[in-house]
Amino acid sequence: MKRGWIIGGAVVIVAVFGWLLFGGLEKNVVFFLTPKELLAKGNDGIGVPVRLGGQVKPGSVKWNAQTLDLRFTVTDGAREMQVHSTGAPPQMFRDGMGVVVEGRAGAGGVFEATGLMVKHSNAYRAPKPGEEAHEKYKTLIQQSTK
Amino acid sequence: MSLKREGKLTSSTDHLRDTQAARPPRTSNWLAFVSFAAVIAAQAYAILTSPADADMGHLQKIMYVHVPAAWMTFLSFFVVLVFSVRYLWRRQENDDLIAASAAEVGATFNGLTLMLGMIWGRPAWGVWWVWDARLTSTLVLFLIFVGYLALRAFTEDAQQKAQWSAAVGAIGALNVPIVYMSVKWWRTLHQPPSSPETLDPAYTLGLRINAIAMLLVLIYFIRRRYEIARLERAVEHMAEAAAMGGG
Repeated sequence: MKRGWIIGGAVVIVAVFGWLLFGGLEKNVVFFLTPKELLAKGNDGIGVPVRLGGQVKPGSVKWNAQTLDLRFTVTDGAREMQVHSTGAPPQMFRDGMGVVVEGRAGAGGVFEATGLMVKHSNAYRAPKPGEEAHEKYKTLIQQSTK
Repeated sequence: MSLKREGKLTSSTDHLRDTQAARPPRTSNWLAFVSFAAVIAAQAYAILTSPADADMGHLQKIMYVHVPAAWMTFLSFFVVLVFSVRYLWRRQENDDLIAASAAEVGATFNGLTLMLGMIWGRPAWGVWWVWDARLTSTLVLFLIFVGYLALRAFTEDAQQKAQWSAAVGAIGALNVPIVYMSVKWWRTLHQPPSSPETLDPAYTLGLRINAIAMLLVLIYFIRRRYEIARLERAVEHMAEAAAMGGG
């Protein structure tokens, strides 16, 4: 009887683990969609709260410090989407950086972001000769103590 | 130093002074010294010699504690798994006490990993916390082992305590590979693990020696906690015997 419970429990655990391993959650536990995936939804993807992730297209960033108005393009290499956001972005936000925005895609094709996060890659490197490291935390401390 | 330690031990068993005092197990002060000296040296080396990261500047230094702490979390819970299974197999009290000690140390490192991750996330990502697969599964792992410790605290009977916590510990430890693989299986805000290919050589050595130093701390902590657990158990046994004998 007791042994039966142990074997039953073990079977359940192995089954759950196997399900996790072999993709049961793969389609559900996605923290963000890429522009390609969001655009593929067509009208179903418009107006619903969603996270959009990709790379900040180099040269696309337009930041107006007066009105705190930020516009840039997110690309996944295949498709791209314009993003509009208000407020100062995180310190590490810049051209070519990975980014995840929260918000809704507008009917006009512009994504209205309510939140902006920087997604860092797993690469760490020292600055190249002549390049200066970005001392993000200094400006962050200055900002938060103002 | 050893005098001071013995003084402490006797004071905690004061009420049992007349009964046959359990010999306190020999403790390992040299390991405490070596492991904490190693941490200080490894941190100093890593912080003083590694250049600022091109993207995040000196924020990168958090890596030298956050990453080893995460590895030690995994290692501790692996120890819990091994000794929990061994307890269920052989039913020996010491296996239970080792598993419990490793669980307590592992939960501490788990909490440290989460806290440093949040402190790192705020400036690097712009947010303290997100509910992505990596962060969520790491928090679940922490809660499982906090639950494990609560279960032990609330269970009186030693054998029941050992049995239940062995089951929870062994099953809870299965979350470790899920936490580790979460960034590979699912799309997360947290980046996948760095490898020597993605990590500048300027940072690799610092990270490795800090991992080794932290491993020494882990061994010291688990060992010390286990010695204390055995001492506590000895006191309980003596108290029981005293009560049985009419005190």
